Amino acid sequence: MKYTVLVLIALFTIGTQAQTAEERGLEIAKAAEQADLGFISSTVNLKMTLKNKNGQTSERSLTTRTLELIEDGDKSLIVFNSPKDVKGTSTLTFTHKVGPDDQWLYLPSIKRVKRISSNNKSGPFVGSEFAYEDLSSQEVEKYTYKFLESNGTLITIEQDPVDPKSGYTRRLVTYNKDKGYRIEKVDFYDRKNALLKTLTYSGYKLYKNKFWRASTFNMVNHQSNKETLLNFSDYNFNANLTEDDFSQNALKRAGK
Amino acid sequence: MNALKKVSNASNRFAKRWAEFVIKKKWLVLIGTLVLALGLASKGNMEFDGDYHVFFSKSNPELEAFDALQEKYTKDDNVILVLSPSNGDIFTRENLTAIEELTTESWNTPYSSRVDAVTNFQHTSAVDDDLYVDDLSYESALKSDAEIAMIREKALKEPLLVHRILNEEGSITAINITVRLPGVDSAKEIPEVTVFVRQMIDDFKAKHPNFEIHSSGLVPLNTAFFEASMADMALTLFMLIVVIITTFVLTRNVYSTIATLIVVMFSIMSAIGFVGLMGIKLTPPSAVFPTMILTLAVADSIHILITMLQKMRKDSLTKVEALIESMRLNFMPVFITSLTTIIGFLTMNFGDVPPFWDLGNITAFGMLMAFLFSTTTLPALMAIFPVKTKAKEAVQSVGKNGYARLGNFVVKQPVRLTIVSLVIIGGLSFLATKNTFNDEFINYFDKSVRFRTDTDYISENLTGIYNIEYSIGSGESGGINNPEYLQKLNDFEDWLNDQPEVVHVNAFSEVARRVNRSMHGDDENFYKVPENREEAAQYLLLYELSLPFGLDLNNQINVDKSETRVTVTLKNIDSPEMIAFSERGEQWLRDNTPEEMHALGVSPMLMFSKLGFRQADSMFKGNIIALILISLVLMLALRNFKLGLLSIIPNVTPVLVGFGIWALYKAQINTGMVIVFGMTLGIIVDDTVHFMSKFLRAKRELGYDSKQAVVYAFETVGKALVTTTIVLIAGFTVLSTSSFALNSYMARITVIIILGALIIDFILLPSLLILTSRKETKTANSPANLNQIILDK
Repeated sequence: MKYTVLVLIALFTIGTQAQTAEERGLEIAKAAEQADLGFISSTVNLKMTLKNKNGQTSERSLTTRTLELIEDGDKSLIVFNSPKDVKGTSTLTFTHKVGPDDQWLYLPSIKRVKRISSNNKSGPFVGSEFAYEDLSSQEVEKYTYKFLESNGTLITIEQDPVDPKSGYTRRLVTYNKDKGYRIEKVDFYDRKNALLKTLTYSGYKLYKNKFWRASTFNMVNHQSNKETLLNFSDYNFNANLTEDDFSQNALKRAGK
Repeated sequence: MNALKKVSNASNRFAKRWAEFVIKKKWLVLIGTLVLALGLASKGNMEFDGDYHVFFSKSNPELEAFDALQEKYTKDDNVILVLSPSNGDIFTRENLTAIEELTTESWNTPYSSRVDAVTNFQHTSAVDDDLYVDDLSYESALKSDAEIAMIREKALKEPLLVHRILNEEGSITAINITVRLPGVDSAKEIPEVTVFVRQMIDDFKAKHPNFEIHSSGLVPLNTAFFEASMADMALTLFMLIVVIITTFVLTRNVYSTIATLIVVMFSIMSAIGFVGLMGIKLTPPSAVFPTMILTLAVADSIHILITMLQKMRKDSLTKVEALIESMRLNFMPVFITSLTTIIGFLTMNFGDVPPFWDLGNITAFGMLMAFLFSTTTLPALMAIFPVKTKAKEAVQSVGKNGYARLGNFVVKQPVRLTIVSLVIIGGLSFLATKNTFNDEFINYFDKSVRFRTDTDYISENLTGIYNIEYSIGSGESGGINNPEYLQKLNDFEDWLNDQPEVVHVNAFSEVARRVNRSMHGDDENFYKVPENREEAAQYLLLYELSLPFGLDLNNQINVDKSETRVTVTLKNIDSPEMIAFSERGEQWLRDNTPEEMHALGVSPMLMFSKLGFRQADSMFKGNIIALILISLVLMLALRNFKLGLLSIIPNVTPVLVGFGIWALYKAQINTGMVIVFGMTLGIIVDDTVHFMSKFLRAKRELGYDSKQAVVYAFETVGKALVTTTIVLIAGFTVLSTSSFALNSYMARITVIIILGALIIDFILLPSLLILTSRKETKTANSPANLNQIILDK
């Protein structure tokens, strides 16, 4: 999985006056993608904390591997380390620039790989406030764009999902221009165009002098008052993963 | 007696001086009270709150349990739309397409978080080796006949749909819209949803006239409460007309009518100011306060006016003399009756239902102001108006003879009347115990309310409206995947399904069975809960990853995966049956499952079911206190301990009679009726006070014996009592036309009680007065003792 978080290039995004808001939005999205190009592969550990309105919490721990692809969307593999009864369960995702993504799940209890319905990806990821579509690779082709405002180094773009089965009408994404177009905040609007969730990124670190990665994602659901916190640790950009690490066999291996 | 006499003399002097002051400074008093009323009214702010939560106090244990459950899962309110196509078949291309359309549109409902319909039902199936979860009917317009036949077959076999979203015949279906109201301002949020849904239904009907739509659910319930408040508020206008007519008929004087109208308007304006100042949000029970105040306040004015006009007509006093005399005679009685009424209404604060606290407090304040305005604005106005009367004695004496005849009739046979009365009262009191509590909130609304008829349609044709929920714990994080837990949960689900009251059960064990079956190639033999914890957990993970936006399991499973929610839909059963059912479920869990799985049944319906009992328990103390306080007031007013004690009989028995007659009429009582004891006590006590004071006056001042004193009391206050009773009955009859049962039942039984009180005061009370004073030697006081507390003319 690749988080749209990026490098310090893209100084060339000086729009002309004649540029429409749509063009400018697309340009920024592309600049952001461009800024994060070249990480090739990464691994990271992830602790997911679910919180309900009363502050009751529940934790899951996962490991994520991501392989960068240029011509199509990235590939990712997620392994559950806890809770105990799902330990070893892993998902493999091939994101596609156009059309629905492919996704498989390995169930160690029956030692089988199952394909997951590709139609439904707007539901919550393991009971959290993150939908699968929030976590999957953010390919430029998956949205249409509209520039909204810029405030100092921060630029806000409206992104409308292309997929009719998306749970959102639009997302407002705030990029930080001076920090490699890393994302600072995303507001999600539901199908009736009411503010549903806000995702804020914090604890950014620069890896390999190019790739900005946040250590904390905090997703707050304004309608249910539930909250999910993602804590990332041990980023590794030197894993040298290949396509073989993202096959169905790799999926089974990963679960052991 | 001397000390008391001094007090009495003092109060008479005070009343007289008060009246003289008011008449002298009539303009100042009028403007002063006008400024006071307007000043209070300017603080007025009438906001309505339709949220059903208002009926429950913060400490209500059922509400706490229900809130805790909602916070564990999701806080849900809903709108259910029930669609009945004219061809009687949901499963046609056109109808499915229409349903899909309305489902999509339903997602746009403000605050919606989930929409469940037959078309977007997440059907689970095995395709090759994969789990496939998808809408049961997506893009129905493109489906072939064979595909539609398949959809029909699947749908009618689906336990999650049948009796919930679909009827057995497949001719009626529902769309259930779950909304998550922020609860910041329900006066704004609820109408927002309602307006949208109503518009959506209208648009849909215009486009698809072959569909009939009925709607119900918690949001429409809230709206119905909201609209009931407004409708009952509108009764005020009707009541005003009744007040004008009654006052005119009783006083036969235009100026009196205008003055009365101004007094009651001032009282209501002040009460509205009180509502604003206290930040009270009006609810159906409290929204009737203007009618209540009108009814009760008008009696004060009428007493003062009738005496004044009588003094002018009969005794040929000048206007000012008559006014002062009337004030002197009525000041204390009006004060005492206001005081007892205020005490009666304030006892509502002992109850456990906040809207009645509001009703009690607003009305009590209104009565306080009514007393103030009746003794200031009213005489000031009458002093200003050019009131003229003609002497009309003939009419009066005919009335008087009638009451005297009744008095003589009673005096002749006190023993027999006492026995007959007590037998009747005893019988009715016995019957009164046969009433049962019923707070089915659907039945709060009569059949003139759309919410009621729609809801009835839905419960007759598709599913139940009432439910009970249990949150079943597993005792450990992730424990819902423990096979033992799942098996027990499954047993509970089965047991619930076997109960005669149950229409539908939604339990997580059903999800576990369904997914297990699909993981085994849709083999029916695997339609059972998984036998291995890892399997169960991983199947659940897979299933959850396959669900779309808004159709997840978060409303059924808590974040920790340690508890799941069981929702039982029930037939329309009454409150005692509801409570019994809930307890049976709790008992089953105690008998058959480990301790961590024990749970209490909760739901809005259950909260209402227990509300009447809770209110009755909490009001009991309040009623006793009211009875003691009011009896004390009576003893002081009458200066007689024995009669004060005796007065308890005519004050308490009307309520017994009322509930006895009610048992013959409906036999079911609701929360609204619990308050009538305290409330009517404060009102009917007036009759007793008037009658007894006249009786005592005759004995003490005029040296009459008991029998003569009774006849005297009949002659002097008979008409006044009938007059007050007519006014009160008129007011409560207006209220009894309310479409909202908490108000209409309360008003109906109040009418019975007030009428009963009058009859008891005319039959039983005089009989008792004669019987209890038989052994007394004639102890006529000196005739000079004219300064008794004189109640009424």
